[in-house]
Amino acid sequence: MGMWLFLFTELLLFGGMFLLYSVYRFQYADEFHLAAKELNTIMGAFNTAVLLTSSLTMVLAIIALQRDQKTLSILMQLITIFLALFFLVNKYFEWTAKFHHGIYPGSEQLLSKSSGEILFFGLYYVMTGLHGVHVIVGMFLIAVMTRMTRKDIITKDSYVRLENAGLYWHLVDIIWIFLFPLFYLIT
Amino acid sequence: MAVDAAAIKTNGHEPSYLEFKGKHSGILGWILSTDHKRIGILYLISLAIFFLVGVTFGFLMRLELISPGRTIMDPQTYNSIFTLHGVIMIFLFVVPGIPAVFGNFVLPILIGAKDVAFPRINLMSWYMYVIGGLLAIIAILLPGGPADTGWTFYVPYSVRTNTNVIVALIAAFVLGFSSILTGLNFVTTVHRLRAPGMTWFKMPLSVWSLYSTAWVQVLATPIIGITLLLVAVERWFGVGIFDPALGGDPVLYQHLFWIYSHPAVYIMILPAMGVVSEIIPVFARRTIFGYKFIAFSSIAIALFGSLVWAHHMFTVGMSDTGQFIFSLLTMLVAIPSAIKVFNWVATLYKGSIDLATPLLFVLAFIFLFTIGGLTGVMQGILSIDMQVHDTSFIVAHFHYVMFGGTGFGFFAAMHYWFPKMFGRMYNRKLAKTYFWFLFIGFNVLYFPMFIMGWLGMPRRYYDYLPEFHSYHFISTIGSWILVAGMLMMVYNIVHSIWKGKVVTEKNVWGGETLEWQIDTPPIHENFVNIPEIEADPYQYKMNEEELEKQEVR
Ligand code: HEM
Ligand SMILES: [Cu+2]
Repeated sequence: MGMWLFLFTELLLFGGMFLLYSVYRFQYADEFHLAAKELNTIMGAFNTAVLLTSSLTMVLAIIALQRDQKTLSILMQLITIFLALFFLVNKYFEWTAKFHHGIYPGSEQLLSKSSGEILFFGLYYVMTGLHGVHVIVGMFLIAVMTRMTRKDIITKDSYVRLENAGLYWHLVDIIWIFLFPLFYLIT
Repeated sequence: MAVDAAAIKTNGHEPSYLEFKGKHSGILGWILSTDHKRIGILYLISLAIFFLVGVTFGFLMRLELISPGRTIMDPQTYNSIFTLHGVIMIFLFVVPGIPAVFGNFVLPILIGAKDVAFPRINLMSWYMYVIGGLLAIIAILLPGGPADTGWTFYVPYSVRTNTNVIVALIAAFVLGFSSILTGLNFVTTVHRLRAPGMTWFKMPLSVWSLYSTAWVQVLATPIIGITLLLVAVERWFGVGIFDPALGGDPVLYQHLFWIYSHPAVYIMILPAMGVVSEIIPVFARRTIFGYKFIAFSSIAIALFGSLVWAHHMFTVGMSDTGQFIFSLLTMLVAIPSAIKVFNWVATLYKGSIDLATPLLFVLAFIFLFTIGGLTGVMQGILSIDMQVHDTSFIVAHFHYVMFGGTGFGFFAAMHYWFPKMFGRMYNRKLAKTYFWFLFIGFNVLYFPMFIMGWLGMPRRYYDYLPEFHSYHFISTIGSWILVAGMLMMVYNIVHSIWKGKVVTEKNVWGGETLEWQIDTPPIHENFVNIPEIEADPYQYKMNEEELEKQEVR
């Protein structure tokens, strides 16, 4: 129950951002359109797939543990971490590509655009950035779980912690599933 | 809680939680302890220190304002001091206050549990509290100087000023996290760990209020977290979300800020109301009047209270409909609050009242909170708010509510549970003396602010026109009386913890709730056997005669 409540507060945290997004989207509908076209939908879609897969491997890790297949579980957890890393690297390339085009907060290129576009990219960096931080936290969390599994602190009979880490990871995944259409798809 | 006292075995042989030897000893035995009682004491100590720092700042501000023009400091210093005063008092004293100290100490006992649901997270929230507090202090020392934005961090000023706003923001963020964790812990504890037989309507009223508070903490705090982070991001990168030059909107900041901060007002006041509902029946020797009304009004306050944030923003230019709705909703919150006050008064009426120190503080609470509440309703009325907005009327109002309400509620709780917590008694005569210092000083300090505010004295001003001089002068004299009272109180409490008269009886005040059925001070895990609850809480008629015989008070 504690974990669910915590996830709820995390959702609310992003809720505040979504609120801002919708207010500004309403205010600057056309300019948001224009700006969204600049994002690379293919890369975004690819990353969505990566993250969804990682959610799956996390589930598999829990199932494996329940069936007492420790090695498989550890393997699955490692794959999850790897996929998360992959997501981040991808994100890194996406961001730096934008930087090369001179689109980053405070850049001349961006400031010359309309206020709606400035806001769009502002929100884009803040929200995906915050999400990125959550991905890093999630990776760290799962890494701790892997260690605990290896040391038999997390076992077939006591896997609540692994489950909680899994829940957290699903949340990170779900938030991305909201972010993706908001920024990449609605054009 | 009308359980058979003999049924709860605390055998008297086990060491109290104060003497208990765990894995660690000495100071480590405290700062690594996951015992909810020890964590409560840790909070008490750290909170008290921050409170005294805050009071010092308030005192200095008042000293500066004793006469027009420069008295003891320059304007920049004044701005920093009043920001720090606000930040410390709000984020480090009234918001965590009662839940962190007394909630931690008594909540598990009141529901018959051995500890909270997540003891380690509980300890972690204390660490976050201390780290947040230290960050706020560090912000003073770093080059650039302490933040000067007021505790509300309003943009665009908070983005532009060169002072250490970021550190202060992060401090507030960390404190918010600590608050969320405490809330989470309490909600889960109340759901999961109630003793067998303790149904929802057999819970003591303070549990109800801590429970509703915990929900508000969990629901509202993330919003302020993200908002403060956004201001930090804005400062670092200039993203433009709140910056009109880049298309953003500073009014959105105010909305987000008050969506948290108004409910936070209830985080501050609800626990104090719980304490009051707990203390009144004990010292009036009567069952509380309207138990269910009080319980539900806690929830109602939490609910309505979350919907009225924009009454802080009547003057920023909302639509007329918006203003009307928020004004109306604000009035609605007054109803459950008034229900509580009426029920308390009804309980006191015809009770055989024992004017002990905790009750004195409670009566002061009711008096001051009523004044604060009524002036709050006045501000809910649009036309009046236009007149008094950002004047010292507001300052008077919120000190009546927060200091007169939560602050005095805190003092009441401290004097009520003190013998249980430390197994010692404070000097009661001295306590009554300083009570009057505090009460009178308080009114002399803040009442003139209503008048000058009404006459147009703006708030947050370093200097003022000569015609306000006499009010400011009286007000500053009030702060001296108040601080004198504080000093006596600090002396009494600190001195009594070491040297006070030893108390070993379980039930000093003749209370009926569970904490009075266990050892004084409680043993490490509170109960040897978890009690079974059968009867309703607060059945005072039963032990009236017995108490007359005992004459323990
Ligand atoms: C000895 C006790 C205190 C004194 C002398 C004092 C005095 C003051 C003064 C002079 C101001 C500045 C008002 C302005 O410039 O507009 C102020 C502001 C404030 N005080 Fe106190 N205060 C005291 C206790 C408290 C307590 C106990 C609390 C909290 C429960 C509190 C909360 C605040 C807050 C939040 C502000 C900020 C006002 C704003 O944002 O405009 N104060 N106080
Ligand atoms: Cu409000």
